[in-house]
Amino acid sequence: MTAPASPLSPTRATTTPMVVARGVHKSFGKTPVLRGLDLDVDAGEVVCLLGSSGSGKTTFLRCINHLEKINAGRITVAGEIVGYREAGNHLVELSEKEVARQRAGMAMVFQQFNLFPHRTVLQNLIEAPVLVKHEPKAEATERAVSMLSRVGLAGKEKAYPGQLSGGQQQRVAIARALTMRPKLMLFDEPTSALDPELVGEVLDVMRGLAESGMTMIVVTHEMAFARDVADRVVVMDGGTIVEQGAPSTVFDNPQHARTRAFLRKMG
Amino acid sequence: MSQDTQQVAQEAAYEPLRIRERFRPWSWVSTALILVVMAVLLQALLTNPNFQWDVVAKYFLSSSILKGLVHTLELTALSMLIGVSLGTLLAVMRGSRNTALSGASSAYIWFFRGTPLLVQLIFWYNLSSLYPSLVLGIPFTGIDFGSVVTNTVISPYTAALLGLGLNQAAYTAEIVRAGILSVPHGQLDAAASFGMTRGLTLRRVVLPQAMRVIIPPVGNETIGMLKTTSVVSVLAMPELLYSAQIIYARTYEIIPMLIVASLWYLLVTTVLTLIQMQIEKKYAVRGPAAEDGTFKQFVRRAWRTHASRTGTSLAKANMTGARP
Ligand SMILES: Nc1ncnc2c1ncn2[C@@H]1O[C@H](COP(=O)(O)OP(=O)(O)O)[C@@H](O)[C@H]1O
Ligand SMILES: [Mg+2]
Repeated sequence: MTAPASPLSPTRATTTPMVVARGVHKSFGKTPVLRGLDLDVDAGEVVCLLGSSGSGKTTFLRCINHLEKINAGRITVAGEIVGYREAGNHLVELSEKEVARQRAGMAMVFQQFNLFPHRTVLQNLIEAPVLVKHEPKAEATERAVSMLSRVGLAGKEKAYPGQLSGGQQQRVAIARALTMRPKLMLFDEPTSALDPELVGEVLDVMRGLAESGMTMIVVTHEMAFARDVADRVVVMDGGTIVEQGAPSTVFDNPQHARTRAFLRKMG
Repeated sequence: MSQDTQQVAQEAAYEPLRIRERFRPWSWVSTALILVVMAVLLQALLTNPNFQWDVVAKYFLSSSILKGLVHTLELTALSMLIGVSLGTLLAVMRGSRNTALSGASSAYIWFFRGTPLLVQLIFWYNLSSLYPSLVLGIPFTGIDFGSVVTNTVISPYTAALLGLGLNQAAYTAEIVRAGILSVPHGQLDAAASFGMTRGLTLRRVVLPQAMRVIIPPVGNETIGMLKTTSVVSVLAMPELLYSAQIIYARTYEIIPMLIVASLWYLLVTTVLTLIQMQIEKKYAVRGPAAEDGTFKQFVRRAWRTHASRTGTSLAKANMTGARP
């Protein structure tokens, strides 16, 4: 199955997809959570993942960087199968080191920020580049400082996460993700834990990232952001994709009953 | 109305209202009572000739007591070192996905927590009667690299260290495990998402955060160990208490010698408590108004309470932005 050429992005047919998910199944115990999910995301594309709570959005994101192991199907990122290698007609799980190397090429931003509370903002930013990518500390520090100013937090190097507002913490988390120079960024409801007045500052940073050409998969309930920034919105329900397309199409002319129900709920 | 009083009235209107601590008669009564009781106790201690304070003074810095003290400190430090490092290993093993590793750890903890320390000490001391020689080799193959007579390796000192350290490891393992479990799972997800391996995550993310939970009970265990070392007197190890016993066995000055030992235990406990507070400060999580639990902060807080009771530093409190 090949992605149909879309009139919205004429280059799509020529670019290699960044993410290809095929027939992804995932269950927790006996409960199926993802049921044969297919999705392609092109390099530079911004995809917003919508769907009611429990539809499997978080689980799908976590499967993409192998934080959860899938039970069937396959996911490739930048041409590499995530978490497995092919051996004959089997998939064999990769070693911990190889999985770690794959994960270092993508970044995830969590709903709860998950900054390291015992380390300063700067230490949070240089931890992975220095320890995982073995970058010289001076170089990592220099880039960390520039990332901080990119998210509007210049001068906060010495602060501890607990001393920052939620919006600032999430922006630090985004800067931390950027220091790894990811090919792909996964956002899991990055603004859901924030006070309403702090949501805007985080979305602004994400908007800037999208404009810079970053490939992003964003789980969000911010409909205005999805409409403005996404190249494509994907609606999930019950562990599968029920509808996808350009934001204007999906929002203004939803085809699927589940999509209409979801959009009604969101207002 | 004179101009002066008018001005005062105006100033009062602009100045933020001061808060005066409520008068608490019972707090004064209880303080007075405690002071009286303490005075009575102190008098009963110091003026009773039966305590023989002159003997206490005479032996307090005597060389055999000091040697005993050094032994006690050494045993405490080394057995806690064994206890904490082996305990950490056991805690990590316990959390392993490998059931052989986690099972071995559980069994170890079960055995060493389930038998009396005294029995373990005597067991190590008498190891030679069970295994007269110790052999290094490949099991079940008959290939030996060499052997030693057990008694040359197991001195009373090594028996004491083995007994105390291995026993302590079982208890420390549970403390470290609780610390590891206290770290939110999101921290592991974040570390993994950056490509950190489990070992790296444990060292850089989990253990440093677990420290906050681990240190208070480990401090407690260290202070406990300080006194538990006196159990090794059954192996005729001249630690602090046994050194005091040796002296009073000769001179019959039982009470003053026990006071000498107790004063040293108290002194070392005080120092250990201060060290613990400093370490806790190092691992405190910095938040907007986090109390880091240091000794300095403890004093400052006590002073602040005192000051607000007596109303001495209200102006300062206002300046530092205390909310009305
Ligand atoms: N670790 C887990 N163990 C068991 N069930 C889980 C786990 N994680 C998620 N689930 C279940 O999977 C379903 C989908 O969850 P999730 O992916 O978090 O949905 P969403 O992010 O769309 O709200 C839910 O029913 C949830 O209860
Ligand atoms: Mg979710």
